[in-house]
Amino acid sequence: MATEDKAEGGLVFHPLDQFIVKPFFGDGPVQWYTVTNVTIWMGISLLAIVGVFVLGSRGRAIVPSRIQSIGELIYGFIYKMVEDVTGKDGVKYFPYIMTLFLFILFANYLALIPMSYSPTSMIAVTAVLGFGVFICVTILGFVKNGASFLSLFWMSDAPAILRPIIAVIEVISYFVRPVSHSIRLAGNIMAGHAVLKVFAGFAALTLVSPVAIFGIVAIYGLEVLVAGIQAYVFTILTCVYLKDALHPHH
Amino acid sequence: MEGELAHIGAGLAAIGSGAAAIGVGTVAGNYLAGALRNPSAAAGQTATLFIGLAFAEALGIFAFLVSLLLMFAV
Amino acid sequence: MATETTEAAGVCVDAGGSALGMPQLCADWMPNQIFWLIITLAAIYFVMSRIALPRIGAVLAERSGTITNDIAAAEELKNKAAEAEAAYENALVDARAEAQKIVAEAKAEIQAELDVELQKADAEIAAKTAESEKAIAEIRDGAVKSVAEVAKDTAKELVSVMGGSADAKTITAAVNARMKG
Repeated sequence: MATEDKAEGGLVFHPLDQFIVKPFFGDGPVQWYTVTNVTIWMGISLLAIVGVFVLGSRGRAIVPSRIQSIGELIYGFIYKMVEDVTGKDGVKYFPYIMTLFLFILFANYLALIPMSYSPTSMIAVTAVLGFGVFICVTILGFVKNGASFLSLFWMSDAPAILRPIIAVIEVISYFVRPVSHSIRLAGNIMAGHAVLKVFAGFAALTLVSPVAIFGIVAIYGLEVLVAGIQAYVFTILTCVYLKDALHPHH
Repeated sequence: MEGELAHIGAGLAAIGSGAAAIGVGTVAGNYLAGALRNPSAAAGQTATLFIGLAFAEALGIFAFLVSLLLMFAV
Repeated sequence: MATETTEAAGVCVDAGGSALGMPQLCADWMPNQIFWLIITLAAIYFVMSRIALPRIGAVLAERSGTITNDIAAAEELKNKAAEAEAAYENALVDARAEAQKIVAEAKAEIQAELDVELQKADAEIAAKTAESEKAIAEIRDGAVKSVAEVAKDTAKELVSVMGGSADAKTITAAVNARMKG
């Protein structure tokens, strides 16, 4: 075990220990229904979302309060994104996309609180999100367009000889979508948090600790950016896939 | 012995991060060059910019993931 | 290394509490995360679609409606202001015309009074002039008569001194003829 080897040298790196799932109340095995630290931080995300969007907009003020205007900004941002990318007929899927975006955004940002847990860094979580989007979009494409959904893979404006080859590449890239979609999110968040932990480990050495602490601050700033951008990217890619399902003809 | 080889592999996989950096730099640089040439069209292309950045960065993240797997999971 | 996983104290955790392998890949923990993720997503979706999104959408629609109304009201007020300005301009023009009329009337009145006074003055002056002329004529007449008488008397005296006798008639005729010249 790499971590155990290092432990003898005085430097202790456990960059992945922060992702351990453990029961929140007491000890014991993690069953599927156990309330764990993952559950708690997902719950905190849920509460934060409710706080911003339900309690914040409670006043229904024409001139919004601060929290209400945050909610309105996010609403307008995602609504415009859905409308721009998928077109008018994609607007009815807006609540689903908003749900995805809010969960990822709040989970990402809450994970930046020290000692917190980041649900979006778990492959299982993002795989459910990514494959959920993939399966929904594929079913939706076949329901909306029937067999003509397959024309997504058939480039009718390419030279006839190249079309089968392109079709094979398109099919492969279509099935890679959910994998890259989910691993991108989990990998980004996990990488950032692991790097932070590595720098924190270096901070234990007196000689390099100023550099390490400066590094932590810099990486933390980058992570603040990444947390927002990954939520945005996940959402806009969902919109792009949805557009492909609604309008498969290039 | 096997563990050492895995560590070497992890280090080699980390080269992928540099390659992803080149990709991200290309995307962002070309966007900036185009945006400076035609600033009025830049605002409409930020979504494309971020998608391109995400695609380029995802591959670097894959390299990172391979490296992590070699370090901790093999 | 993977062999150590099975003999650890907890699942995917070694005796020291550190992770064995990547916690992300620990299959025993996945059902838990997936279960709670689905619960969380369902809750967020429920809250969003039932409460928050319709409310925010309504607020945004109401706001844009209010803004449109306010712009319309502002337009109306602007029109009203323009109307009021036009009315004010009209009133100003009217007032100016009125003032000019009053000025003209006053001028005419003054002119008329002036004319009357002037005529009166002219008449007085004319009367005075006439009187003076009459007086002057009288004086002149008186003077001419006196000259004739003096001439007659002188002529009579001269004639008598020179030894002639002359009747008054001839002398008078002569003097008159002379005076007519």
